[in-house]
Amino acid sequence: MTNVAARPRGEQMVRRLVRPALWILAFLPIVTIGYSMLFTGLGANPVKEIEHLTGRWAMRFLAASLAVTPVIRLTGWGWLIPQRRFLGLTAFGWACAHLAVYLGLDSVFDISDIVEDVVKRTYITVGMLTFLLLVALALTSTKASIKRMGGKKWQRLHRLVYVAAVTATIHYLWAVKKDTFVPILYFGIFATLLGFRLLWRRGRPPAPARNANT
Amino acid sequence: MLIRRPDDIPSSSITPESVYLNRREFVGAAGALAMGALAVPSALAATSRDRQDLKPTSEDIVTSYNNFYEFGTGKDEPKDQAENFKTIPWTVKIEGMVKTPKTWDLQDLMTGLTIEDRVYRHRCVEAWSMVVPWRGVSMKSFVNKLEPMPSAKYVEFTTLFDPSRMPGQKTRALPWPYVEAYRMDEAQNPLAMMVTGLYGKTLPPQNGAPLRTVMPWKYGFKGCKSIVKIRFTDKQPKTTWNDVRADEYGFYGNVNPAVDHPRWSQAKERVIGGGLLNSKIATLPFNGYADQVASLYAGMDLRVNF
Repeated sequence: MTNVAARPRGEQMVRRLVRPALWILAFLPIVTIGYSMLFTGLGANPVKEIEHLTGRWAMRFLAASLAVTPVIRLTGWGWLIPQRRFLGLTAFGWACAHLAVYLGLDSVFDISDIVEDVVKRTYITVGMLTFLLLVALALTSTKASIKRMGGKKWQRLHRLVYVAAVTATIHYLWAVKKDTFVPILYFGIFATLLGFRLLWRRGRPPAPARNANT
Repeated sequence: MLIRRPDDIPSSSITPESVYLNRREFVGAAGALAMGALAVPSALAATSRDRQDLKPTSEDIVTSYNNFYEFGTGKDEPKDQAENFKTIPWTVKIEGMVKTPKTWDLQDLMTGLTIEDRVYRHRCVEAWSMVVPWRGVSMKSFVNKLEPMPSAKYVEFTTLFDPSRMPGQKTRALPWPYVEAYRMDEAQNPLAMMVTGLYGKTLPPQNGAPLRTVMPWKYGFKGCKSIVKIRFTDKQPKTTWNDVRADEYGFYGNVNPAVDHPRWSQAKERVIGGGLLNSKIATLPFNGYADQVASLYAGMDLRVNF
């Protein structure tokens, strides 16, 4: 299907521009959130607004990072691999911002409130669990970690990203009152992305070691 | 227009007249900014945690931060989606256990009733709150005018169902039409209101025009907006949120910091319009109106009847 030998010009261009574009994308939310903070005051409930905006961006980048491998499979653009880590770390960054807003602006560092939330509010428990998973993945995202752990073991660990995707979506679903459309959409997206991988695994013999990272 | 204050509403639940007369001070941030140095006393008031300090939320926020799923589930959607919502003419059908069931023109329905301005705290089940200067009539006088039978124990309100005018009803966000109901003694409590206005003006569509209920000791979802039908009955009616998630939204929906929503705490609330660094304040039983309404629920287990 894909002919690696003859790379079209379009692909060359994407290859050259993808990283700068992703850098811009990663920081775009700062610009949009900052803009509304300065000029529209983020509406009537700015704390909730920032909390939701940062959480939504974390979800988007998480979905984007999970989409990289299927895109590579469909296009044969193996050079996209490093973008997967970049997008994953960007998702982690926005999850950190989301948590910081919850701890600092929403709960005003009221430890007893936060402990009660984590223990009693299932959606916050699940959110914290998601964050811990992302911490583990972010800490082991370096090349050194892959080397130290060995590709197989590392890959097994990093399949936890699917667990994180599911728990993040549950967190989202349980946090909304009734407008469950977007959280359910995320379930659909993650199920599709996971489905792709499972199909490929079943349909093909184990890939030869042509690419250490697949 | 006569502005009357019934003796049985304590002054604490009504904005001091001086504050109300100076309400323009509160309208819009521009005004507050323009006040500059003069605004120091009101700036101090803004940071006060005193729950008796009923500083109305700005008109701009009250009319742009709305839970009215008939016009979209986003809080900023109703203002746009309801912009061209026509409320004239408007009829309300009265049925059930009532002396004369009939369909009233809204204007006839309000004739002879005393219009009052009242400032109430408004606490949403989502743990945020506002202070709203409503305009309307006491629900008691309104209900009495309809002459329900003595055997009626509940009064049920139904919102308009017309997806062509209420685009949110094209989705299945809730089972339409929206229905809310109260016990007759709740409806006849002096705090209960039939509202037709806001900030001294006609009620904007996004706030439930032309006619809505306001029960300030209950969570906001217990209010029924754009009412087209009122039914008196002796059986507890099926109400919308209670029907959707009975474990999360009770029939009573009374504000109670001691009974949490299954998914979040009700102990505190975020005051809307307070800005980014404004922390939450404690929620009060019956939203601060316990003196006036707690006796309605004497002997009831409020953990069961939430």
